Amino acid sequence: MAGARYVADPEECVRTVALDGLSLLFHRPSGMTHIVAPPAPQILEALRLGPADAGEVVARMRAWYDLEGDEAADAVEARLEELEAAGLVRRT
Amino acid sequence: MKHSLSLQIGPVAFRIGSAWRSPIEALARLYAGYPDPGRVCDFTVRLEPEKPWRRWIRPSVAIQGDYILPDAAPMSLAHGLLAAEMGMNLQMALGQKSHLLLHAASVEKDGRALILTGESGAGKSTLAALLGERGWRLMGDEFALLGLEDGRLRAFPRAISLKNGAITVMEREVAPQRFGPRLDGTPKGAIRHMRPNERALEAMAEPAQPALVLFPRFGEAAAARGVGQAEVFMRLTQASTNYVSLGAAGFEALTGLVGGCPAAAIDYPDTESAIDMVEQLWAEAA
Amino acid sequence: MSAAHALIAALRDPARAGDGDWNGLIAAARAEQLIGSLAYRLEGRDLPEKVEAIMEAARRDSAQARIQALWEAEMTRRALAPLGVPLVLLKGNAFHAAGLDAAIGRSVGDLDILVPKASLEAVEAALIGAGWERLKEADGYDDLYYRRWMHELPPLIHRTRDRMIDVHHTILPETARPKPDAAALIADSVALDPGSPPGAGSGLRILSPPDMIVHAAAHLFADGDLAGGLRNLWDIDRLVRQFVAADPAFWPALAERAQHHQLRRSVALSLRLAARLYGTPVDRQAAGPDRVTDRLFAARLLARNGWGQPVRPALRLAFYIRSHWLRMPPLLLARHLWAKARS
Repeated sequence: MAGARYVADPEECVRTVALDGLSLLFHRPSGMTHIVAPPAPQILEALRLGPADAGEVVARMRAWYDLEGDEAADAVEARLEELEAAGLVRRT
Repeated sequence: MKHSLSLQIGPVAFRIGSAWRSPIEALARLYAGYPDPGRVCDFTVRLEPEKPWRRWIRPSVAIQGDYILPDAAPMSLAHGLLAAEMGMNLQMALGQKSHLLLHAASVEKDGRALILTGESGAGKSTLAALLGERGWRLMGDEFALLGLEDGRLRAFPRAISLKNGAITVMEREVAPQRFGPRLDGTPKGAIRHMRPNERALEAMAEPAQPALVLFPRFGEAAAARGVGQAEVFMRLTQASTNYVSLGAAGFEALTGLVGGCPAAAIDYPDTESAIDMVEQLWAEAA
Repeated sequence: MSAAHALIAALRDPARAGDGDWNGLIAAARAEQLIGSLAYRLEGRDLPEKVEAIMEAARRDSAQARIQALWEAEMTRRALAPLGVPLVLLKGNAFHAAGLDAAIGRSVGDLDILVPKASLEAVEAALIGAGWERLKEADGYDDLYYRRWMHELPPLIHRTRDRMIDVHHTILPETARPKPDAAALIADSVALDPGSPPGAGSGLRILSPPDMIVHAAAHLFADGDLAGGLRNLWDIDRLVRQFVAADPAFWPALAERAQHHQLRRSVALSLRLAARLYGTPVDRQAAGPDRVTDRLFAARLLARNGWGQPVRPALRLAFYIRSHWLRMPPLLLARHLWAKARS
């Protein structure tokens, strides 16, 4: 569903520990642990500024990081769906 | 129940009841010299006939207790000692919520603990048993208990469960009176239990600081490789039966362990070379 | 005094816990799935060190089970939100989501939800689309059995979270004699946190207080052979105490709903048993006069010794046969036992 808008839980809901390039997330509302690779933590960070669709997330991330090419939006969209299935983000 | 016994193993006290005398007598012999538990026990295990008449006719032992697997197959009375051990393991695997439980062997030296974990058949029991006879203190061959508040390891030195080839390896090393009866034809082949030595029993209440995690694998040419922290974390969650149910406390304890300990995977062709590799990696980690 | 007697005495009056045998009390509480409730009842009391450690672990375990239960309800809400159908949580999940006293230390197993019968297929499809799957390749008989005669879909399990969901369209099997009014259960259900933003539980509903008691009573007698009944009866005790304190008109409302759902006798019996075992303050009119058989029900509920073993096998067998009789008309029971025997 193109254009779906997502929202992430506030920062205090997730405890993050970095382990050799990966991030270990303990998600308090679910009690579940997730091991995620970039750009998933960066997507969560971007979403904490407020609800957004994949395009807006990419725009926010470009302000912080070097994102190459036009495929970024597709990649972010795919990651968002994974994060949604894990319960880390939800649709508004 | 008709026959019963209480056992203190590390921080955990068990109450074991049985419809038959023989498993309780075998347990009492095997666990001679263990400390007396207080009046209150953490877990209850029951060995009872699968059906009332199976107390006498082709006696068949059902493993029951506070926590059970509904589909656990009953065992023959000749393997009653094994049934009692499995009953205690089941309570730990399903009911232990005071510590993070790792399916791992552990040994201690100078207050620091070495954790050995891997799949069944990786040889962690045998390695820990041998190290326990060669200058280390055996903390446990099956379960390691990580403290949720202090991140230190508690010993759980139950009788070591030796299988098949490992039985002869240890019979060469250890006095006969520390062995239980040899149980042939169990679902895992031949099994013989071995009581840990005096030192392991005397120090069972002393915790140790985790210092090295090893993932041994038997049957390959000798090799060692470092393991990344994320992989160590993944493997240890898979080796834990209660990680998920401990929630945030489990997460903090395990990330603490992984962040504070080097880890390596070792392949070994025989136990003697494994012992050498362990000693060398331990020296490097110190 | 049996261990089950000691357990109900300790739940009623925590000061009496440990009068006799702690091991027996703990084993009985675990066997009856009341260890979490007991642990909270004993919180803050001066207990032997080992007992305190066991109770503290039980409380920690309960707290985590509560998080998982609430999360499962929330993920179900997210999966079904696009359908716009009412989604009513049942039993333990409802108690936890609504923060009722009955939730304190309450264990929760599967997620039980109630949806309109007309939405069953859409709900099943939406759940399967969101990662739930059939428990196993359901064999034809079981699947047919569920769909034709039970009050729920065959259970689904979530692929990654490994948790089960039971989707009900009413609260008793279609074969049972009483026919509760499922549409009324849903129509009178109560929204949780109606003012809160999406994602914080809005969209989830629970049964109205009288219907919740009616369901707990139906569940106590109709589901199984009274195994685990002490826990279900403890639910009723906690719920009744809370509802009566909150609403002076609770008793007449309960009487009306029990009658409407054809469950007046089950409700009356469960109130008498709750009063007998837990000292629940019940309305004499709703509970009805004591019957000779009440004693048998109480004895069945208390058939547990200090090793956690079930005792009184003849009595348990009688209740087992009774429970199957209740659930299925005789011809259907014969067919069911025949199919089970062949599988």
